[in-house]
Amino acid sequence: MKTVMGIINLQENENAIKEIASNRTLSSIPFAGRYRLIDFALSSMVNSNIQNVGVLLPKKSRSIMDHLRSGKDWDLARKQDGLCYLPPAESVNDMRDGDIQSFHYHLDYLEHSAQQMVLIAGSSVIYNMHYEEVLRFHQNTGADITMVYNVKDKEDFTGGAILQTADNGLVTDIAIASTITPKAKVSMGIFLMNKNLFIDLIKGAQARGGTDFLIDGIMKNNGKYNIYGYQHEGYVARINSTMSYYKASMELLDPEKWQELFLDGGLIYTKVKDEAPAKYKKSASVSNSMVANGCIVEGTVENSILFRGVRVGKGVHVKNSIILQKCKLEDDVLIENVICDKDVVITKGKWLKGASNYPLIVEKGVVI
Amino acid sequence: MRRTECLAMILAGGQGSRLGALTKKTAKPAVPFGGKYRIIDFPLSNCRNSGINTVGILTQYQPLALHNYIGNGGAWDLDRKDGGVFILPPYAREKGAEWYKGTADAIYQNINFIEMVEPEYVLILSGDHIYTMDYSWMIEYHKMQKAEATIGVIEVPWEEAPRFGIMNTAKNGRITEFQEKPAKPISNLASMGIYVFNWSFLKSYLEEDAKDSLSSRDFGKNIIPKMLNADAKMFAYSFDGYWKDVGTINSLWEANMDLLKDKPELDLHDPDWRVFAVNPAMPPHFIAKDAKVSSSLISEGAIVFGEVENSVIFSGVRIEKGAKVVNSVVMPFTTIGKNAYVDKAVVGQNCEICAGAKVGLDNGSIIVVPEGDMVVAEAATGKQVG
Repeated sequence: MKTVMGIINLQENENAIKEIASNRTLSSIPFAGRYRLIDFALSSMVNSNIQNVGVLLPKKSRSIMDHLRSGKDWDLARKQDGLCYLPPAESVNDMRDGDIQSFHYHLDYLEHSAQQMVLIAGSSVIYNMHYEEVLRFHQNTGADITMVYNVKDKEDFTGGAILQTADNGLVTDIAIASTITPKAKVSMGIFLMNKNLFIDLIKGAQARGGTDFLIDGIMKNNGKYNIYGYQHEGYVARINSTMSYYKASMELLDPEKWQELFLDGGLIYTKVKDEAPAKYKKSASVSNSMVANGCIVEGTVENSILFRGVRVGKGVHVKNSIILQKCKLEDDVLIENVICDKDVVITKGKWLKGASNYPLIVEKGVVI
Repeated sequence: MRRTECLAMILAGGQGSRLGALTKKTAKPAVPFGGKYRIIDFPLSNCRNSGINTVGILTQYQPLALHNYIGNGGAWDLDRKDGGVFILPPYAREKGAEWYKGTADAIYQNINFIEMVEPEYVLILSGDHIYTMDYSWMIEYHKMQKAEATIGVIEVPWEEAPRFGIMNTAKNGRITEFQEKPAKPISNLASMGIYVFNWSFLKSYLEEDAKDSLSSRDFGKNIIPKMLNADAKMFAYSFDGYWKDVGTINSLWEANMDLLKDKPELDLHDPDWRVFAVNPAMPPHFIAKDAKVSSSLISEGAIVFGEVENSVIFSGVRIEKGAKVVNSVVMPFTTIGKNAYVDKAVVGQNCEICAGAKVGLDNGSIIVVPEGDMVVAEAATGKQVG
């Protein structure tokens, strides 16, 4: 994969997930107890030996830059290549502000990079994959562009770009749908192509008034280029709404999925926080839960995810909930179907309950 | 190069023979501790948290795992442009090669290194103690007393005093007497093996000692008594936090168990004094539906289906259904099989305790399962430790 450079496009649609993304970007949403969404695509790139990764930043980029910093925790702090930040386009003449404009603004970075191919991914899809297999598929089919998709047995409401493919994998149609029917081939937002083709697509879309890479760069050119679909097997979750965030998190409370996503493929890297191992006191009772380091648990935790540094006091009962980093649940608190954002404090004896099909969200830093 | 005021030298070459099976393949400072740490993380994190950013680590016995663990020192913020971490194993010179013959000899053989750093003070630490301490206060004290040498001391129970180097001090803290492992101790102020020396002062004693053919080249046995005999300005700096020498299986196990107390003396969760370690990229640990966990420390990447009580569980450990782990330390990537029972044990890394096996002794002493061992049912193996 030395011939491939990676680009993670963080200019993603985050309208449906406002509650947790209000003060951060989609890509920096905390996930699975210690990660941020971007960690999955970024770690997959690192594990696939992609050594030059450009991160196309969204407008609110502080949280993601604070997370990635030099890229050291992903082994991307290199003398040559490594991590490169691509800030959003700033142009006084062009009022369009799609990702096409940002890519266009950074064409020189693409041109100067030594690699001949480019792999573009987003951050809102969770997976752990080896892109080498996509590259092999791409070379074997002789595709101009390879898109990666997955297939789910169940209907779900996350929405996405649905592909129609011929028997040999050639993509015949791409359409954006708001619900996903069972067996539909849904794009995972991963594209592999020659760098020069990518540059042509961006230039062409920019010149024709385009703003969106998927629509103006790919969909409008289907037919002109050979686009092939590669099916990824394995754990996939899409995060584009609060509900899908909650569901995808809860899905990981299955030892097999936990094992598959985190341990069977490459390791998933994230910013190191040096927290001590989680401590369970005598009165603790925990079942079917994922607990990160730095937690101190005295109460009962059931079907829940505790992020790093959470305190669960005596007599507390946490059920079906996601408690983000550094939250404090004081004694005798009862919590069910709740997502507590970072640094929330629930004072002694309070009861909070959401519905099982619509979790209650407590905003960052709130004291209840 | 910026001036280095104080250089820390960590003695990490000891074999740790009293840890028996645990140090067969690794040096004592690299022995896992506390769910995610290695012993050497404590002095290294103390250095980092005390603002000391030039650290020499003297290695000798089975150094591979230790060297690999330390790497470029980045885990402790010691990958610096100036200074940082220096690994110092013995090396060959023009006249041949020599091993480090004692703690003082290890420093003596690295005089060239210390001269290169050119520090005002040298802080000598040992790589086998568990404690958190701000060395900057000790160095401050050393300066304030205009001392030539300052020794960190801690009060120990009288009955344990014969195991330590014991000191008597005048009211102002000046050391008047020193006894190495006395049968009849004169006080219960024990040396913690932490020394601050003025470099020029120490250097002269090291050079002197090197000429003494009867010397065993040891700080406690030779250098400190010689300094004291010459009426050098030596002060005791007393420390009153948690400090534990984990040189034996018993003390290592105890130190692990100390962490499980409701309010442990050594608080690993203290946000103002992080203990840094090399972090494996592991997911949060998973506690399955019918699992039971209490009074325990559990690290990332572990998965528990069975029961864990009063134990320290490291990353990547797997505890199967029906298994029970009590009063034990289970080191990284070990599997405890279905219905297995582990009691008062220290289980090394990458072990496999098979389904139905029992690890534990009836006489209440601690059992050790060495790294990579497999324990099958009906045969509790492992070395017994008194």
